[in-house]
Amino acid sequence: MSLTVFHNARLIDPASGLDELGRLIIDGDCIAAVEPAKGRDGIAEDAEIIDCGGHVLAPGLIDMRVFVGEPGDEHLEDLESVSAAALAGGVTSIVTMPNTAPAIDDPALVSYMGLRASVTAQVRVYPAAAVTLGLAGEKMTEIGLLSEAGAIMFTDGDKPIASSLLMRRALSYASSFGAVISNHAEDLELSRGGVMADGEHAMRLGLAGIPEEAESIMVERDLQLAALTGGRYHLGQISSQLALNAFARAKAAGTKATCAVSAHHLLLNDLDVGDYDTTKKLNPPLRAEQTRQALAEAAASGAIDAIVSSHRPRIAEDKAMPFADAAEGAVGLETLLPAALQLHHEGHADLVTVLRMLMSGPAAILGLAQGRLSAGAPADLVLIDVGYPLKVDSRTFKSKSRNTPLQGRTLQGRALRTIVGGVTHMIAEA
Amino acid sequence: MSAAPKAPLIGHQHLLSIRDLSPGDVTSLLDLADTYVDLNRQQDKKLSTLKGRTVINLFFEPSTRTQASFELAAKRLGADTVNMAVTTSSVTKGETLLDTVATLNAMNPDLLVVRHHASGAQRMLVSTANCSIINAGDGTNEHPTQALLDALTMRHKFGDLSGLTVAICGDILHGRVAKSNLYLLAMMGARVRLVAPPTLLPPDATRWGAEIFHDFEAGIKGADVVMMLRLQNERMEGTLLPSTREYFRYYGLTPERLALAKPGAVVMHPGPINRGVEIDSRVADDPKTSLILTQVEMGVAMRMAILDALSQHRRNDVGARA
Repeated sequence: MSLTVFHNARLIDPASGLDELGRLIIDGDCIAAVEPAKGRDGIAEDAEIIDCGGHVLAPGLIDMRVFVGEPGDEHLEDLESVSAAALAGGVTSIVTMPNTAPAIDDPALVSYMGLRASVTAQVRVYPAAAVTLGLAGEKMTEIGLLSEAGAIMFTDGDKPIASSLLMRRALSYASSFGAVISNHAEDLELSRGGVMADGEHAMRLGLAGIPEEAESIMVERDLQLAALTGGRYHLGQISSQLALNAFARAKAAGTKATCAVSAHHLLLNDLDVGDYDTTKKLNPPLRAEQTRQALAEAAASGAIDAIVSSHRPRIAEDKAMPFADAAEGAVGLETLLPAALQLHHEGHADLVTVLRMLMSGPAAILGLAQGRLSAGAPADLVLIDVGYPLKVDSRTFKSKSRNTPLQGRTLQGRALRTIVGGVTHMIAEA
Repeated sequence: MSAAPKAPLIGHQHLLSIRDLSPGDVTSLLDLADTYVDLNRQQDKKLSTLKGRTVINLFFEPSTRTQASFELAAKRLGADTVNMAVTTSSVTKGETLLDTVATLNAMNPDLLVVRHHASGAQRMLVSTANCSIINAGDGTNEHPTQALLDALTMRHKFGDLSGLTVAICGDILHGRVAKSNLYLLAMMGARVRLVAPPTLLPPDATRWGAEIFHDFEAGIKGADVVMMLRLQNERMEGTLLPSTREYFRYYGLTPERLALAKPGAVVMHPGPINRGVEIDSRVADDPKTSLILTQVEMGVAMRMAILDALSQHRRNDVGARA
């Protein structure tokens, strides 16, 4: 018996809605008891006791969209560095995208990811496998055998599944395994040549724009195919008003569909591209302020199931290019929590609602036992100082890459302590 | 007018679809086929029932067993037979299907056995030809003579089709064998299950009156008959199914899985089989459970009965007109 007691904690369990001062006891790698309103009384003498100082104790964050460089591009990010970055951000579980070299499209590669993670990573690593062989969009992967090997969901990562026929068949085939098919919705014909959101700012910068319809047209297609096949569909990132509308209709009709939004899209808009700032070049692109507000409202209202970092490590040289030629994407694991918390601090949403999209929301999509504070659940926890004034400084990042669009920005909130399976792996510097 | 014509065995000039038949038609055909099963096991198998009649086998898709089965059936009944394979016919020179059949029809055949890759092709020919047309497989629609020979095989084994539980497993979507069997078995009072991955089932399969299973083991549990279908290689190109190893892992018939079926259950397959894709060799080659070769034997008898029954109809038809 190795009991650890966290007392004087503001216990927040977004799965049940609990938000009360109290204590939480872990036994080994699992939560033994969640005890609101209790203090230090009656604790076993040999238990380790941790005073949480009234800070929020919640389930560890689950990030459903993380690009890694392993295998193939370990200089950008390997499983060890991504794990350290996750821990720094209070993230205890990550879903890795299959866009590696080679792509994760074979059961042996899924097993490889699991084995490597068990040796080098301290957070829980759940590999997503490709929907199509080599991410080429042509032939379906072995969804059954990949699931057995440990693939948690199926996606071509940041490559859209362009063929409607293949999408239909993948959703249909995956349905018999209960597997989730996740898509990056982008009509490549409509977005061709585009490098930022369509609009006045793109015009002013002389950059080719991408309309929101490039996303929403494919989302409409995907939702109709999900309804046709009964398959489980997840939209990796939602970033348009029209796609929000489509989701509202589909969910009302009972379609098995979920969606995530990136924290960056909740926080930034196309004006932040400013004077050709390539750290703000994302895919999908940062949208107009009106859309950003619509996304924030949708998140606050429960229309969005998860907030992701869409962590995409890039080396400096690939960003030090003219905007049109620069690589897309941003790292986000270490800023996911404070970036998402702005929804709360700006008055859009209450704290439990924000944390739900980072914890129990993704857990429900992925069928994970963590993401909740309940007896018997894995002891994956994060202690959060919600009001901590944080000035983002990429030089402090644990990630091998520094391409954050939030450099120098002041946010509120940080992870003080991150616990995976009952073991504290990160304690923030005072 | 001479003697009154004998009533034909079944009330049809053509055999295009199981759905055209009544339960009485099916029983009559199976009863007649039973007599030919016995005949085929004797040394002298030759009759003169169809002496002087001409049977043309017109196959627009390659076939070994079906064509051989029809040819033997016709010859044992004393008919003259001609085999037309598409690769050697004028079709490759650009002739249309209707023109080909009109040409053959002008040679006055009595029975035309047609296999074609387009669903419904044979039904189109009925108005062009005045002989009897037998559907030996049309596209992804029907293969009625296969369903009848399967029924004959099951009736031989179990005595009655009514009350049997038959699990049809594999490519239902493109399976003309599956559809004809479903129609026939449902009509004769058997319980039919369709067992396949969702991509190999039509989306509205639940409306067909069969139970649908995506879980192979649940689908064959307690079944009297496990009917495996051939998985065509072209389905394996990665859009309907990812790979043969995955298909065999989830939908392959192994001895361990067969043990889940009812004790005494049998295995059927229209052939040709793909060992290690849909069926394990240990199952296919086990004479205690596999009826795969019995099906081939029953096929000749069944087709003799079909040729006989349809030509009876034609005999009467011609007699009445004369």
